[in-house]
Amino acid sequence: MLYFSKLRILFITLFSVLFILIASSNLFKFDDDFFDKKINLGLDLQGGSYLLLEIDNEPVIEQKLQNLTTTIRNYFKEKNIKINNIKIDNQNIFFNVTNNDKQSVLDVFQDENSDLNPYYPRFKSHQLEIEDTGLNFKVNFSRQGLIKLKTSSQDQAIEIVRRRVDEVGTNEPNILKRGNNRILVELPGLDDPMRIKSLLGKTANLTFRFVTNDENDRFGVEKLKFENGLEEATVSKRIIISGENLLDAQPKMDTQANQTIVSFTLDRVGAKRFGKATSTGIGKQLAIVLDGKIISAPVVRDTIASGSGQISGGFTFQTATDLALLLRSGALPAPLEIIEERTVGPDLGQDSINAGMIALAIGFMLVIIFMFVKYKIFGLITNVTLIINLFILLGVLTLFEATLTLPGIAGIILTVGMAVDANVLIFERIKEELKDETNNILAFDGGYTKSRTAILDANITTLLAAIILFFMGSGPVKGFAVTLGVGIFTTLFSVYFIARLFTSIYVSRNKDKEKLI
Amino acid sequence: MIAFNKFYNHFNLLSSVLIVVSLLLLIFKGLNFGIDFKGGTLIELRASDSKINVSSLRDRFNQMDLGDVSVKKFGNDTDFLVKFENKDNNKNIIEEIKVNLDKSFGNNYDFRRVENVGPKVSAELLKSGVIAISLSLALMLIYIWIRFEWQFSLGAILALFHDVIVTLGVFSLFSLEINLSIIAAVLTIVGYSMNDTVVIFDRVRENLRKYSDIKIFELTNISINETLSRTIITSATTLLALLAIYFFGGEILKGFSLAMILGVVFGTYSSIYIANTVLVRLRVSQKTVLREDDQK
Repeated sequence: MLYFSKLRILFITLFSVLFILIASSNLFKFDDDFFDKKINLGLDLQGGSYLLLEIDNEPVIEQKLQNLTTTIRNYFKEKNIKINNIKIDNQNIFFNVTNNDKQSVLDVFQDENSDLNPYYPRFKSHQLEIEDTGLNFKVNFSRQGLIKLKTSSQDQAIEIVRRRVDEVGTNEPNILKRGNNRILVELPGLDDPMRIKSLLGKTANLTFRFVTNDENDRFGVEKLKFENGLEEATVSKRIIISGENLLDAQPKMDTQANQTIVSFTLDRVGAKRFGKATSTGIGKQLAIVLDGKIISAPVVRDTIASGSGQISGGFTFQTATDLALLLRSGALPAPLEIIEERTVGPDLGQDSINAGMIALAIGFMLVIIFMFVKYKIFGLITNVTLIINLFILLGVLTLFEATLTLPGIAGIILTVGMAVDANVLIFERIKEELKDETNNILAFDGGYTKSRTAILDANITTLLAAIILFFMGSGPVKGFAVTLGVGIFTTLFSVYFIARLFTSIYVSRNKDKEKLI
Repeated sequence: MIAFNKFYNHFNLLSSVLIVVSLLLLIFKGLNFGIDFKGGTLIELRASDSKINVSSLRDRFNQMDLGDVSVKKFGNDTDFLVKFENKDNNKNIIEEIKVNLDKSFGNNYDFRRVENVGPKVSAELLKSGVIAISLSLALMLIYIWIRFEWQFSLGAILALFHDVIVTLGVFSLFSLEINLSIIAAVLTIVGYSMNDTVVIFDRVRENLRKYSDIKIFELTNISINETLSRTIITSATTLLALLAIYFFGGEILKGFSLAMILGVVFGTYSSIYIANTVLVRLRVSQKTVLREDDQK
């Protein structure tokens, strides 16, 4: 156990130096890309905002079912089957057909090549499930159908979220999917997420619709409130143009009326429709509806054929800027709810770094002094090993550009405390061996060999705990699992290679000395 | 040699009492869950005006109709921790609070940290915390069951349960807050306690093979003594590191390091007085380990 070949010594030295260099790249700037890596600081250390958003898919499902009723009715009309009493209740579609038609309806829904009810061969499932309840048919989304629907609305939502966050211009935002209905937004360096929160909280569904008094409007009507919540107007459900038709939107100052407005440019289709609607609708009120509320309802005075226009509605410059941003980035497919928020100010982050570093330094000093007092020369070996171990640990974290959090720093300090365990196990074993063994070399060899199973057992148990924590833990706690887990490997390396190398050099030079340890 | 075995019965009794008391506390008093597991809002606030203190803050917050508000000093005199349920899950609550506080205190305060955990997330976090701890206990059980004879596994697992239950009992007794980092601490305690037990068990098994004529009652005592200096040194260095975190690592890590400190103390104690006594009570002998060796 005490013999080291020259090659091995070279390898150990190179390995240690490499990681020390990588670790030191956090302090110095290297020109080389490989070395110029840095440990990422978690949001709790650099300050920033963590937002977990959940997509509310209910409206999407409702809308899809609504569309489906029309599709089903038209589809079977072509096949000369009459669908009766079709209605939606609690996310199910119910309808009746005559007894003669029942089988053909079922066949259509259960046909794997059906274009009404797509089949996913990979999951062996249709999009929709149909059940003959005896009284009527019940149609609803299958499990896979719902998952598809959710993932697709998540895909759309994350794109819109990204655009909105990018427009605000924070540095290096991190936007990730979580499950099939959540989006995680990490915004480093942002200590007041108010604006982003309000931007993400809006669906930004914009429509232009005529105000009408005709209750029997062909498209149906609905009563909508104005933004101020006081007035109401009856608005046709017919959509003239929607947010999708916008090419651009910008806040502007209208110097004539001395108010802030949002000017917008329409795409070709939008411009055509807008022109037509404004030419036929002169004198009518055109309501500008955002997320179910009327922003304003100006009277159409002229035909607007240029494809651009403006929205006024008592905006401040800030609200106009935000509305323009929302319109530019597009509407969310479904409302988002912020279900978890954690924001740390940059000065608290810095305080945490300082406190963590002080605790690390003090913990380190205490352990080093303790070990030196207890083991003298071998304490020194342990201590030098411990320092190298710390650098290798930091080096590994740097190499993988791991995220260091406050609990992560605690994990490093804990590693310092527990890392000496392996050396202690070895040294104590050697002491025991020396009771019956006069040959130093043999005693040291025996000490290393006989302590091995205990050391392995001890480290595996801690590693198991760290692994579970890594997979189950969230956020900062994960950082703890990382440092604790990586710490176990670097500790074993430094104990069995570095400390053993030092020990072997010392013992072979002093092999005849009595009471070596 | 210290006669640890003289007190096996005494300490078994003490541990039983501790476990029963802890369980009673956990059942009847319960744990003080933080917003991570209960949901709600937390604000860490730093004041630059001496007018702002716990009672003036409490007055202000109570007027805002936020439900149950707790205001506490956090570390030094200028830092405060405010927690409330946020039952209606009001999204603009932080903004409203700021406006409200501005009226009384002007610009003399600063929100250093804001956390808002919705009810759905907190329920999930609690669930995954419980799963993580159960899973780690199960994994330890499997590991030790592979490595040792069943008598040893039983001893180690009992020691583990003792450490986790008593640590949580102390948290319940003093109403210390349970948050995400406490779960991390409990998992680490599980690892540490196991580690400590395994080292002694390794020695017990080695001695069982070596001596056929020494009874387990004596043998455990010999093994404990042989590994004693290691037990003391490792506990000491680990405690030194943890004390450094507790005293210098800032307020946020206080709960975590306290739980770990308790865990290390209980873990060290239980390795000696629970894990080993199980071996004694199960009358483990040389035959127990030799039979296993034969099978291998």
